Amino acid sequence: MRAPAASPPIQLDRTAAKRRAAWRRRGIVLAFMSPWLVGFTVFFAYPLVMSAYLSFTHYDLLSSPKWIGLANYRFLFTKDQTVWPAVKNTLWFIAIAVPLQVLFALGIAVMLSRARKGVGAFRTVFYLPALAPPVAATLGFVYLLNPATGPVNTILEKAGIQGPLWFDSPQWSKPSLTLLALWGVGNTMIIFLAAVLDVPQHLYESAQLDGAGFIARVRFVMLPTISPVILFAVVLGVIEGMQYFTQAYVAANVAGGSASYSAEAANALGYPEDSTLFYPVLLYQQGFRYFNMGYASAMAMLLLAVSFAVTFIIVQNSRRFVHYQGPGR
Amino acid sequence: MRRALTLTLLLALTLGVSACGGSKKSSPSTSTGETKVEPANITMWTPFVDPELQTLKAVVKDFEATHAGIHVKVIGGTNDDKIVAAIRGGNAPDVAQSFSSDNTGAFCPSGAWIDLGSYMKKDGVDASIFPTAPRDYTTFEGTRCALPMLADTYGLYYNKDLLAKAGYKSPPKTISQLTAMAKKLTVRDANGKLKVVGFNPFPSWYENVPAHYGPSWGAQWMNGDKSSLNTPPWQDQLKWQKSLVDWYGYDNLVRFNAGAGDEFSASNAFETGKVAMHMDGEWRVNFIKKEAPKLNYGTAAFPVADNKQDLYGAGYVTGSIIGIPKTSKHKNQAWLLVKYLGTNTPALAKLSNGIQNVPTTSASLKSPALTPLPGFQTFLNVFGNANTTTTPITRIGAANQETFQSFISKYISGSKTDLEGGLANVDKQIDNQLEQANAGQAP
Repeated sequence: MRAPAASPPIQLDRTAAKRRAAWRRRGIVLAFMSPWLVGFTVFFAYPLVMSAYLSFTHYDLLSSPKWIGLANYRFLFTKDQTVWPAVKNTLWFIAIAVPLQVLFALGIAVMLSRARKGVGAFRTVFYLPALAPPVAATLGFVYLLNPATGPVNTILEKAGIQGPLWFDSPQWSKPSLTLLALWGVGNTMIIFLAAVLDVPQHLYESAQLDGAGFIARVRFVMLPTISPVILFAVVLGVIEGMQYFTQAYVAANVAGGSASYSAEAANALGYPEDSTLFYPVLLYQQGFRYFNMGYASAMAMLLLAVSFAVTFIIVQNSRRFVHYQGPGR
Repeated sequence: MRRALTLTLLLALTLGVSACGGSKKSSPSTSTGETKVEPANITMWTPFVDPELQTLKAVVKDFEATHAGIHVKVIGGTNDDKIVAAIRGGNAPDVAQSFSSDNTGAFCPSGAWIDLGSYMKKDGVDASIFPTAPRDYTTFEGTRCALPMLADTYGLYYNKDLLAKAGYKSPPKTISQLTAMAKKLTVRDANGKLKVVGFNPFPSWYENVPAHYGPSWGAQWMNGDKSSLNTPPWQDQLKWQKSLVDWYGYDNLVRFNAGAGDEFSASNAFETGKVAMHMDGEWRVNFIKKEAPKLNYGTAAFPVADNKQDLYGAGYVTGSIIGIPKTSKHKNQAWLLVKYLGTNTPALAKLSNGIQNVPTTSASLKSPALTPLPGFQTFLNVFGNANTTTTPITRIGAANQETFQSFISKYISGSKTDLEGGLANVDKQIDNQLEQANAGQAP
């Protein structure tokens, strides 16, 4: 029997070649993506999965984790009396400081967009604080607002006013941190400025022709146009608010001072009177000071769930007030 | 290629030689009476920084001189976070020192610091050479994973010039005397601002933590395995503290404290004469010598509650602990260093003289080699007093103290007023924390 024409093997060869080429392409794509993939796996996916696992264990960082089921979550929701005050502090910050930050950044951006002279200099001046490292900035504020020796209270005293106790008062510590946050809104401000400058000039002109004043132009032209950026700033602000740690940690430790030499230590976290004990500060305290990493992981999982839920709710509801330019929206 | 290879080989050789350090000169093995060990280069981590670090290094040099073949690299300025991270990473030092005896409750049960029992038995070291308190804060539930290495005790510092000006010749011995003197020694300016504070009882200021006050009232942290803060001694202590803070005015004290200067700086309020009487640790003697040599001061045991006068002379003690992380590759050599720093009388005397901390064995406490600075003897006496106590070691580390302090700050400021209810709640919180920390442990 004579063999038929060799076309099928050739076809097979082609298919195989195609497949090889496809694999090669995939390989190349993967190779290009690998830095991100490795980073994502090592620094995000793995810690997340481990954290979820550890939240069901008793883990003191030193011996291997022991499975305890839902005990950490039970303690978190029913027995730990420090959680609710910490949550309240964090909510305070999100409800007060975050909106103020957005408004303040937007206000500066609008003013800068209207400045005629020295725009570059003003922009730099208002952006500059954002470059200060958070720890240094906090140290600076604690010094400025020292109730006894700080320049702010000294000036107030010269004017005959008894200044507040700032970081040393449970009523004033969060407002003091808010001042610090407002001082450092440079990043948000720059984004707003770009958005404000991006509003098409012809829209303002049309509105002006229709008799709209400054307020009306801001209300009906600028705000709707930059609303996606506002949404972005709010979501970012809320997420950062939920993770607020560094400034609170530094301010409490510096203002509180502590018996640190002997290290059995007056604990300054949350000083004064737990008013700066934000949720992430409590999480840190449990995980790294009390060697209670299993419980801290449970706290972290709750934070993740709440962050996710809040962001979801904001984005879902944003459709009502966020206006996207362009067709099809 | 060949050149590169030669270079690499040379480099490797150089590194190898430098890594071996001086061990080449040493004998093949070293004998210390009890244990024979191979020569080794070991590492020790300590929280001490200069100038204390220099004293420690000098003592370690003495150790090397008597233990041929063991070379110790001492690294200062470390802390417990770094030790824990290094143990987890497998690169912990061979010997670790911690300022925080509270963490014995973490290091011992986890095995992060190895059990020293067998080493001690082999070398005939009995824990009875340590007084009760340091013996207690270096073990947890029967496992001894650490030895004490220098202790801190607390007492009263008083400014002799200020006391003399107010007509006092001797320091107070009871709390009511302390209170009366504190009020008389206090000076306010025309606006009512505090210029000199007789005794500053503000919570968490400098050394004002409950652990340091408790012994003067005979207060106990635990009753069995339950927290026992809602008891008359603690209630009395807090009522006194609040009444004295109220006498100054809470806000006035906050303002005074904010301008009082850092505790560990030359502007320390006692050293600058802004505070007439002061609760502090024995190390202050050395700080005053360096930072305020002209200060005319005295030291005494801290005053005691009027209904606990038999306790006078006692105080609070805590201290440094030293042990061997489980990842050490030279445990036998590490043990020799731990034993030397923890039990050798001349070594402890030299450390005490250089750092002005209390030496931690009964023998070293009586060593003729001790050259205490004036005022230091008070703290040696407090250390040796039978009623001197420390804080109990638990699995929750310092969490019980911090939960307590959190309530105290609110009670003293007036934002919480129900003392007994508040303390009962603190007890409940601590018991819950203990229960939570014990979850997953073998019953």
